[in-house]
Amino acid sequence: MFAAETLTGPSIPWFTLSPLLALLIGACVLMLGGSLLPQWPRGLYGIVTALSAATSIVLCFFLWDNLSDGRPETIIGDALAFDHFAVLGTISICVAVLLASLTTSDYLVREGEDGPELFVLYLSAAIGGIVMVAAQDLIVLFLGLETLSLALYVLAASNRRREESQEAGLKYFILGGFSSAFFLYGIALIYGATKHTNLGRIMETLSSQQAFPRNDVLLLAGVGLLLVGLAFKVAAVPFQVWTPDVYQGAPTPVTSFMASAGKTAAFAALLRVSVTALESRVDDWRPVVWVLAVLSLVVGSVLAVTQTNVKRMLAYSSISHAGFILLGVEAASHTGSASAADGIASAMTYLLLYTVLVIGTFTIVGLVAGRGDSASNLTDFRGLGRRRPALALALTVFLLAQAGMPLTSGFVAKFGVIRAAVETSSYAIAIIAMLASVIGAFLYLRIMVSAWMEDAEGQDAAPPVPFLSGLAVTAAVAFTLVVGIVPGWLLDATRQVITLAGR
Amino acid sequence: MDLFVFVCAAIMVLVGALGVVLRSNPVHAALSMILTLFGVAVLFVAREANFLAAVQVIVYAGAIVVLFLFVIMLLGVDRAEDLRAEPLGNIQRPLALVLGVGMFAVLAGAIVRSRESLRFRGEGVDTATLEDADGNIRQIARSIFGDYVVAFELTSVLLIVAVVGTVVLARRRKSERTPS
Repeated sequence: MFAAETLTGPSIPWFTLSPLLALLIGACVLMLGGSLLPQWPRGLYGIVTALSAATSIVLCFFLWDNLSDGRPETIIGDALAFDHFAVLGTISICVAVLLASLTTSDYLVREGEDGPELFVLYLSAAIGGIVMVAAQDLIVLFLGLETLSLALYVLAASNRRREESQEAGLKYFILGGFSSAFFLYGIALIYGATKHTNLGRIMETLSSQQAFPRNDVLLLAGVGLLLVGLAFKVAAVPFQVWTPDVYQGAPTPVTSFMASAGKTAAFAALLRVSVTALESRVDDWRPVVWVLAVLSLVVGSVLAVTQTNVKRMLAYSSISHAGFILLGVEAASHTGSASAADGIASAMTYLLLYTVLVIGTFTIVGLVAGRGDSASNLTDFRGLGRRRPALALALTVFLLAQAGMPLTSGFVAKFGVIRAAVETSSYAIAIIAMLASVIGAFLYLRIMVSAWMEDAEGQDAAPPVPFLSGLAVTAAVAFTLVVGIVPGWLLDATRQVITLAGR
Repeated sequence: MDLFVFVCAAIMVLVGALGVVLRSNPVHAALSMILTLFGVAVLFVAREANFLAAVQVIVYAGAIVVLFLFVIMLLGVDRAEDLRAEPLGNIQRPLALVLGVGMFAVLAGAIVRSRESLRFRGEGVDTATLEDADGNIRQIARSIFGDYVVAFELTSVLLIVAVVGTVVLARRRKSERTPS
């Protein structure tokens, strides 16, 4: 009755998957150990998370080395891509987990709580993000997106004592679910038009001109919906409305993780899909990216200036940063130009540098805001320079870097994307970006003025700086300055990400 | 015949989906959902994916909706939510209507216009034939453990996230039980 038939599955290169597995093992250890053993010593959950992220980063360096000898390839039945692009994205996300887990550890102490749940969610969100970075198939990409998003929804709502946190979680969940529906419908339409969900095969189908009509409505609608879904995740205008509320309401370490890992994963996915699968349709999606970039730059910078809450300000600034990264995506769309590949490299570099910057900034905001994230208004930063000079100095470095001052990593990042835009002759958008960065600088100066030049009224208590947060901030400051002063090594390394697998 | 089955199933799906949204009684909404899921099962049968249709009925219509009903019953059916408060601003409702209708028009237009181009390209996805009774299952196995093994394994991570998330959001902590 049953025909004997052996199923030969695709071969699985375990070492290539090892960064993913390291995070998965970390999550399993936390879940099983956390529930079977009695309460662990304080801070150990965070340290285990940080260790598994660090292991993952080390493994990534080995993989990077291996790749430099061989060629990029797709693995496990073309489901995932293994190239420098994916490895760099993985490193960015693991750095986010590493830094965020250190600061979350202190956050839990501050809130008088302890437990492995948040860390498990960080690790699983990172797994989702890494899958998105490497996804070579739209179905895999969607599952990665859902894993990341679901974990982020819960993380945003994780502080059950603050109503703002609950509200943030609910808002993010409803709007995120809505955008996932758009994304999924986009996949369905693209599948309907091309009969494939695999990026490589979609590219092949689309590039055979005779077989495939040039202006296929189904494909265009699908691409549009796909872009809506991803633009929501990267918080590009006009899909940004959730960002200020969610960033402000979520616990500060979670906000930092959301702004770093979430953006990295979604941008990497956007780049891979648009540059690989839709390579022959650049003229169709370039105007969309152009409009998204310009709107994000302008709206993000202008609205940021009018805010009075620092977390809200940084939320708007993250929208304008999304605009800058979109500049790189736009540059990557000029496939005729020799510098199009610079767009990919500069966007990925931007994401890595922004990850470190944004986590550093939000960590300090969280330390100043104190218990319950209650004191995050601009006025609460008054006199920080007198109360905690070292902390204020670190904040200044991060803010200057976000503004794009030379000798900080922010300058390297912004210079990279603007140069890519100029070299692909997108002068208009490059000028808009520079204007936006001038407007943005005003916002960062406001926080700095508040911290250094205004005196506190009756606020003499210096915010305590716990060891792990201090470590994270110090490492982030060091990285920001080192990259800002000697950027050559990083730029040389990231220049390799331009060869995507399957292209 | 094909068209007749499709239209009937489509009406089932749409009426059910509208019921989920429009019914104010949560039990009725959950029952409307069963209608939608049955309609999808019929569509699966029409595409000769019999195994999927069976799974659809057993898992979704059977298990998951029953779970919904359990939760609704536990929370109390009679505790109706007051939906009269208007949470939206003046302009939002008409704007949503315009955008929704526009979106629908664009998508419907895209699908209708692409019908011709699809007919030329579509030699169809190979379906299991009726002669090969368990071909369906074999195909699914090949997909799940072959080409889509990454997606399949990733689903387990997704489910773990869902479980952990539920625990985080629903568990009562010590600090909450004894308010200080």
